Amino acid sequence: MEKKLDVKTTNKCKPRSILSPDLSTVKISRRGFLKGNAALAGALLLWDALGEPAKGLAREINGWPDRYGMLTDLTRCFGCRICEKACNKANDLEPPATPFEDKSVFEEKRRVNAHTNETYTVVNRYADPKTGEPVYRKVQCNHCAEPACASACPVSALKKSPDGPVLYNENLCIGCRYCMTACPFYVPAFEYFDAGSPAIRKCSMCYTRRISKGEVPACASECPVEAITFGKRSELIKLAREKIVRNPDKYIDHIYGENEFGGTDWLYISGIAFEEMDFPSDTGTTPLPEFTREFLSAVPLVLVMWPALFGGVYLFSKNRSRTAEAGTENTKKEGNQS
Amino acid sequence: MSEYTKQIGAARKGVPEEATQELTMPQYLKKLATPFNIVAGIIVLVGLGLIVVRYTMGLGAVTSASQDQPWGLFLNIGLFSGVPLSASGFVLGTVVFIFGLKHYEPVVKNAVLLGFLGYLFAVIFLLIDLGRPWRLPYPMAVSFGTTSVLFLVAWHVALYLSCQFLEFVPSLFEWAGWKVLRRWTIKLTIGLTIFGIMLSTLHQSALGALFLLAPGKLHPLWYTPYLPVLFLNSAIAGGLCLVIFVTYLTRRFLKEQADAEYLASIDKITLGLGKGVSLVLITYFAVKIIALAHGNHWSLLNTTYGYWYLVEILGFVLLPGILFALGSRSKNVGLVQFTALLTIIGVVINRINVSLIALNWQLPEREFFDLREFLIVIGVITIEVLVYRWIVSHMPILRRHPDYENEHE
Ligand code: SF4
Ligand code: SF4
Repeated sequence: MEKKLDVKTTNKCKPRSILSPDLSTVKISRRGFLKGNAALAGALLLWDALGEPAKGLAREINGWPDRYGMLTDLTRCFGCRICEKACNKANDLEPPATPFEDKSVFEEKRRVNAHTNETYTVVNRYADPKTGEPVYRKVQCNHCAEPACASACPVSALKKSPDGPVLYNENLCIGCRYCMTACPFYVPAFEYFDAGSPAIRKCSMCYTRRISKGEVPACASECPVEAITFGKRSELIKLAREKIVRNPDKYIDHIYGENEFGGTDWLYISGIAFEEMDFPSDTGTTPLPEFTREFLSAVPLVLVMWPALFGGVYLFSKNRSRTAEAGTENTKKEGNQS
Repeated sequence: MSEYTKQIGAARKGVPEEATQELTMPQYLKKLATPFNIVAGIIVLVGLGLIVVRYTMGLGAVTSASQDQPWGLFLNIGLFSGVPLSASGFVLGTVVFIFGLKHYEPVVKNAVLLGFLGYLFAVIFLLIDLGRPWRLPYPMAVSFGTTSVLFLVAWHVALYLSCQFLEFVPSLFEWAGWKVLRRWTIKLTIGLTIFGIMLSTLHQSALGALFLLAPGKLHPLWYTPYLPVLFLNSAIAGGLCLVIFVTYLTRRFLKEQADAEYLASIDKITLGLGKGVSLVLITYFAVKIIALAHGNHWSLLNTTYGYWYLVEILGFVLLPGILFALGSRSKNVGLVQFTALLTIIGVVINRINVSLIALNWQLPEREFFDLREFLIVIGVITIEVLVYRWIVSHMPILRRHPDYENEHE
């Protein structure tokens, strides 16, 4: 109980504190300090040449209304693990240690593990808090609208494609694992036991292997109960809303992913609260990259202002010590004369 | 110049390897076999052995890093703690060359060397930790992730390492006897110092900004929009304290490498720096409290994480802040030196908290510590200490070179 309370507090305070920090309480206010010197901003070509980090990705994303997404109806999933098997096959992954038909894996909460590298998606079992009946959650990359992982990657090995999927380019990855630290869903997995070419492993929505060939992602196509629907994200939201409106007793009134962290392209509807299935609940609706954007946009100003500032201090102190030296010499001379 | 300096100077001039030249090989080896060296040698060998395991069997074979907790001790200590402590070069450079407080000059070369080695070894730790270390230059040359704070850190650490190297080379050239080159590099001092301030301000704070991206993962007591300011602030304290503490160590263990001017200046410099750190720490404490109030997280103080947070900010920020003030006022050099060590430990604790303990705090099970990982860290740090000792024993770091004794910079 106490833990949850903590989470709620953070949820409420964080986005607000970031977006409109109460600068009156702090002496060093980056923004005010920098804005006052906006005239200097003209000289920021150095940073602009590298690409402007402060550019709002949100606007771009909204300009991609046709991007794809997936909708998982958690009330339909009955834990058959056929999606895991389909994923394994579609991506040519390693043969599984326990067969995909084995239900004993539900004793544990699993995650995508690059060490065994069996699938890019796992299904976990939870209990409906009211009835005690089993409910299942399928876990994989949620293909965030503004992915924290992609904004974190120092070499742009992870990228949001205008079609929706967040794609990984192994040929660029340096293995820093900042994407893993950044992802709020603990999705990217790393091959810790590979010394030669360790890579990040995560779901790509079957983008190159299937979508680009006009096929539906493997999990969606194999699911025997149509718990997973592939389509345009905007259509999926309509579909989800329709389902909720038509069956208010079956679904809770919440499409997870519609606004969480600024929206994800993988959406979920469910019969029980999402927290009950370990979905992050302290999400806010601010895309995570926003939280570092302000910092990055202050960078060029430091680059421009510091040399002037500290150069000035240097000249001042040098001048002062010269005068002081000249002063002592004068007194010496005078002393000698007398 | 004192007689002492001249003696040292004469003994060293042009014959840096006199130890090997005068002694036969067995004698030399015997001289090397001090208890310190033997222990250090064993630690280094164990560390190197485990590094071989890491490069042949993968990171997983020697670390506790997991799919959920990807960053371990290599980064917690090597990068996140090593870089702030290595602010020594930039802070002392600013004090002496920019603010013109010349009486701190005797320790500047040492501070720059410490900073340079700190960054060099931070990069070495990165090379151990990166999945594909041979791609280290990728962010600089192959593909630019301009939205990434880590991209910024990569660029700045690379540039600053070069900058620190250039600041350090005058000592190297004095040792090698390359006078013209030395004169050229000395001329760069002011420019390099200002460049260093720019880069340091940005990457020290950027290391904190890295975690701004994970609001749901970092415990709310540590997560605050002021993380960049806090990281920069504590780096200044850490860098100053490293100078105070290492200066103490040099007087105790490397006295014969120092000249009288250096040794005589230590007390005054220690007290002066101590006073400075006291101010920095009190400011840091104030920003911490503002962050706490701003997030309105008071209720969290009465949890396990809260107690640990209080240990950090009371025991390793406020306490040293007060002790520094007392020590420098009562001219108690020993107290200031002890407090410097306390602060160094505090900076390391803070970085470990932010990058390991308070990060992913909501996960049910976590493993923090792997003995092999720890042994590698200790091994690499020991190599750093040995390299430092070698440089100080051969190059004019704690003393002026006799050829340039009367030079005023
Ligand atoms: S869920 Fe994680 S890995 Fe997938 S796009 Fe979002 S941040 Fe990236
Ligand atoms: S591990 Fe690879 S993909 Fe992830 S942030 Fe680092 S370079 Fe990018």
